[in-house]
Amino acid sequence: MITTTGLTKVYRSRGREVTALDGVDLHVREGEVYGVVGQSGAGKSTLIRCVNLLERPSSGTVTVNGQDLTALAGRGTRANAALRKARSHIGMVFQHFNLLSSRTVQANVELPLEILGVSGKERERKALELLDLVGLADKAKAYPAQLSGGQKQRVGIARALAGDPKVLLSDESTSALDPETTRSILQLLRDLNQQLGLTVLLITHEMDVVKTICDSAALMKGGRVVESGTVSELLATPGSELAAELFPVGGEPSGPDRTVVDVTFHGEAATQPVISQLSRTYNIDISILGAAMDTVAGKQIGRMRIELPGRFEENVVPIGFLREQGLQVDVADVACPAPADAALLKEGAK
Amino acid sequence: MQPLLYNNSLDTLFMVWWATFYAVVVGVPLGLLLILTDRGGLLQNVVVNKVVGAIVNIGRSFPFLILMVVLIPFTRFLVGTSIGPSGAVVPLAIASIPFFARLVEAAVREVDHGLVEAVQSMGGGTWTVVFKVLLPQALPALVAAVTTTVITLIGYSAIAGAVGGGGLGNLAYTYGFQQYETRLMVVTVVLLIVLVTIVQLAGDLIVKRLAGRGSRSTAPVRVGLRRARTPQASEAPAPATEEPATALTKVT
Repeated sequence: MITTTGLTKVYRSRGREVTALDGVDLHVREGEVYGVVGQSGAGKSTLIRCVNLLERPSSGTVTVNGQDLTALAGRGTRANAALRKARSHIGMVFQHFNLLSSRTVQANVELPLEILGVSGKERERKALELLDLVGLADKAKAYPAQLSGGQKQRVGIARALAGDPKVLLSDESTSALDPETTRSILQLLRDLNQQLGLTVLLITHEMDVVKTICDSAALMKGGRVVESGTVSELLATPGSELAAELFPVGGEPSGPDRTVVDVTFHGEAATQPVISQLSRTYNIDISILGAAMDTVAGKQIGRMRIELPGRFEENVVPIGFLREQGLQVDVADVACPAPADAALLKEGAK
Repeated sequence: MQPLLYNNSLDTLFMVWWATFYAVVVGVPLGLLLILTDRGGLLQNVVVNKVVGAIVNIGRSFPFLILMVVLIPFTRFLVGTSIGPSGAVVPLAIASIPFFARLVEAAVREVDHGLVEAVQSMGGGTWTVVFKVLLPQALPALVAAVTTTVITLIGYSAIAGAVGGGGLGNLAYTYGFQQYETRLMVVTVVLLIVLVTIVQLAGDLIVKRLAGRGSRSTAPVRVGLRRARTPQASEAPAPATEEPATALTKVT
């Protein structure tokens, strides 16, 4: 649905060059929610603004819904009619909402329809329908200044949907909201994604956003995509930084002669209560050191760090059992903290 | 004395009205041109921007009295005379156009660029941005700019009056100053003060109405809190600060 190939953006100012995007290849499938995460300055914002060409990429192509926007745009810096028409079918939601304070909520939602040349009556009907969809039917005549942050973002979403887009771009849309409002806005995006088959590309610096609604994710660093894939693919990738950030597990063994194992559940086989099966089958005591799990559609996704008694050599069979269940098992290389603590204690005693 | 005051007041209003009219009609497009052609603007064009900027600056550097004299041939060519209220309108308009254009530029520059981007992302072109975003969003500031311009013009019109432009300035100068009619001079000055006050109050009222759209129900205190909050800070502490407040109100 959205494909970028070799997308590069170089800013030039006062003779200095700053590379914001360095050959980004992104592929967002139709109907999925795709999250791009990264720290500020990683190029996320430039990337999403290149998708609807608010920012002209220095090189590379952007294809949205089968249309090569970079070819459409021509060479000038101003948007031509063809690009403007393509943009009207790509919704965009912003961090700071960007609503016109001089217009009522309804008039804000009507704005894209005015640009599309829709007649007054039809505009009103459509705007009220969209406001109803985002749960703000009663606020049509209010001004943005009278709304809360979450309500403003709902108006922003309704406005983004006015052009019947197939694609919605979300530029840190929940970053200015409190956690509870963030959840409700994400829920709304999820609903829209499922009800309207809307493809959503969102950028965020909050891992929770990705965890809550994304089917796929990409991690950006220094203008490059360093990891990407569906959430289960990422989990299945050993050493995936994104998976570790999404499902962080910690915990150290409680003593020497223990085996610490990280078990990754990535959706497919993880419907059985494997830990208690393991315990019963081999008659061993298992302690859970840390876990980050989510249950999505009856399937467990996430990671768990467990501790088995005895050295690794003694635990080959139980680990084999876990692997047989279709789980990914990695022996965690964590040292027993006891000697370090003992040293500290000695220091303290002195 | 009464008809004299009445007629000259009308002359002043005539000059100020038409000069303001031309200042707005020419100054708004000029101010927009300055913004749009500026670096990073929608119609970025450094050459046009520099040339227009220079013309505006030259226009603004002229002392009004000198400008009037310099423009005499031009004024004659345009309206057939260089004296009287009609003759004064031309230099008044030409003096106020660059002044107002700069005020328009400053007002439009204040419009959040995010709004421009939002409209561009909807497929809006430059004209859509100008007419649906820049002008409506800057309207309160533009009205304030008109108020300032009108008041400046009232002052200029008095100068124009002193050198044959008619109006209250002429009255104060010829009768009040040259014929020692101090009472008439005082009355004229009071009239000018009243005029300026009315314009300022009316302008402020309109600005308040326009800027206050939608904020009637929200207390200004809340707005202050929101502004102070950094984007990173979540709203989580808000309930904590609200609770003691409600507790306090319950106690009292």
